[in-house]
Amino acid sequence: MAEENRIQAEAVSYTYEEAETPALSQVSLAVKPGEFVAVLGHNGSGKSTLAKLLNALYVPTEGRVLVCGMDTRDDDRLWDIRRAAGMIFQNPDNQIVATLVREDVAFGLENLGVPHDEMVERIDRALEAVHMTAYAATAPHMLSGGQKQRVAIAGILAMTPLCLIADEATAMLDPSGRREVLDTVHRLNREEGISVVWITHFMEEAATADRVVVVSDGQTVLSGTPREVFTEVEKMREIHLDVPHMADLAKRLRDAGMPLREGILSVDEMTEEVCRLLCPSN
Amino acid sequence: MSIQLKNLTHVYSGGTAFESVALHDISFEIRDGDFLALVGHTGCGKSTLVQHLNGLLKPTSGQVLVDGEDLNGEHVDRRKLRMRIGLVFQYPEYQLFEETVAKDIAFGPKNLGLSAAEIEERVRTAMAQVHLNYDKYARRSPFELSGGQMRRVAIAGVLAMQPKTLILDEPTAGLDPHGRDRILGIVRELHQSGTTVVMVSHSMDDVARLATRVVVLAHGSLLADGTPREIFRQREMMEEAGLGVPEASRLVQALRARGLDLPDDLYTQDELYDHLLRLWKEANPC
Repeated sequence: MAEENRIQAEAVSYTYEEAETPALSQVSLAVKPGEFVAVLGHNGSGKSTLAKLLNALYVPTEGRVLVCGMDTRDDDRLWDIRRAAGMIFQNPDNQIVATLVREDVAFGLENLGVPHDEMVERIDRALEAVHMTAYAATAPHMLSGGQKQRVAIAGILAMTPLCLIADEATAMLDPSGRREVLDTVHRLNREEGISVVWITHFMEEAATADRVVVVSDGQTVLSGTPREVFTEVEKMREIHLDVPHMADLAKRLRDAGMPLREGILSVDEMTEEVCRLLCPSN
Repeated sequence: MSIQLKNLTHVYSGGTAFESVALHDISFEIRDGDFLALVGHTGCGKSTLVQHLNGLLKPTSGQVLVDGEDLNGEHVDRRKLRMRIGLVFQYPEYQLFEETVAKDIAFGPKNLGLSAAEIEERVRTAMAQVHLNYDKYARRSPFELSGGQMRRVAIAGVLAMQPKTLILDEPTAGLDPHGRDRILGIVRELHQSGTTVVMVSHSMDDVARLATRVVVLAHGSLLADGTPREIFRQREMMEEAGLGVPEASRLVQALRARGLDLPDDLYTQDELYDHLLRLWKEANPC
């Protein structure tokens, strides 16, 4: 029998107190072991609400969410759920609680009452996994935004999660910080088999996922591989999301009569395809 | 108006063990009507430079001349010079503090001692410039608005001072594509209506779409200064500076390497579209 889904949201709706319309309505999402799923949407689309439903910060108004088989409505499983599905947030400065990196990573473990020797071992491994060992005794305020986010990830890793939920974890970082955090999460996904729900509005980050789910007005509007989703140029535009420059250029040229193939996303793919039609040696 | 940087050097914590040179011998001039993009890797000195442009930081050596007057000179009316240069910080919405949108935007003009009627006029104009409807938003709390709207309120607060030059330090950081396009559209309109713009940006594609001039910083020094066309054809230099070039430039270079006859200095999607379509039609005349 196949391993159960790490996360399973079944027709989930959520309405904020005093709100007239639901922030999220009838959304279903299944995340398999080892899968990297990107949730793409603009601000106010409901994607952050979805994130908070996935580790029981919110409980669905309708439908249900299972994390490794545990129902998030079950109060008794709350800590098991949060340990299984760790979450990182947008602002690196809001997630650091201690005065030294090592102590910050220890925070969750201390609360669990993990024995000291095991705690030291888990902290060392977590810092190693995010390549921050050299900063164990550094004060967090000396770190860059990308490094702070990696420390936040180490804090989650120390709890040995099966799933990582990142809610716009790179939105406040510069391009190199964004790359270092995304690369770290991809490596953990690949090497440790941790499932990832990567919530973002950066199209180029979503393009690195196994699967992309596009959320708009509280509903799922597109879902598929990055190639399937990002070649829906018009649909993506309609909901104010970006499409890759090359997908856009290819579509414009196709519309003007140049017979480029469908599904072009990158500069390399575009180069090959234009050459097939125009280069002197062909 | 012009802002001229002459041999600007800035050293943080000079004379201590933590001494570090943030800017080294920078000279260039921001001319009337420029849309100047200031680009460089994080830590290259962009934000330090920006803070010199309206006198928040003083050069360790060198000068900032505003219409020929030294911004840090002894007998200069610094306040008056600074008023003509509006600075929008990163995440400017963190600085909102008033009960209503209108009061927040009015804060600067109020300190100028303008009449109530003049203040209201300035608030109305500034809100129109950032596409916020006065009747709908003036009396709302800024903290009830979306992130992108809050940022527009913060920008309106700077515009209400009616600066001749507007400096924006990464105005789209943290916004989604829609919020980003709105802010960039507003900045473009301000430039078109005569405001000189200096914009710090990490996105070469945004720079390609908007800027008339690009200044590249690397390790606190001026690496290059030119039009986007001149800058983006120097792909190696831009990659060494940790910046890269727009995707359109990369495609042009890849296609030229494969023998396709394209000019080497194309850098926007529109130009590329025109050239590729023309080549296709020449090769397939009917």
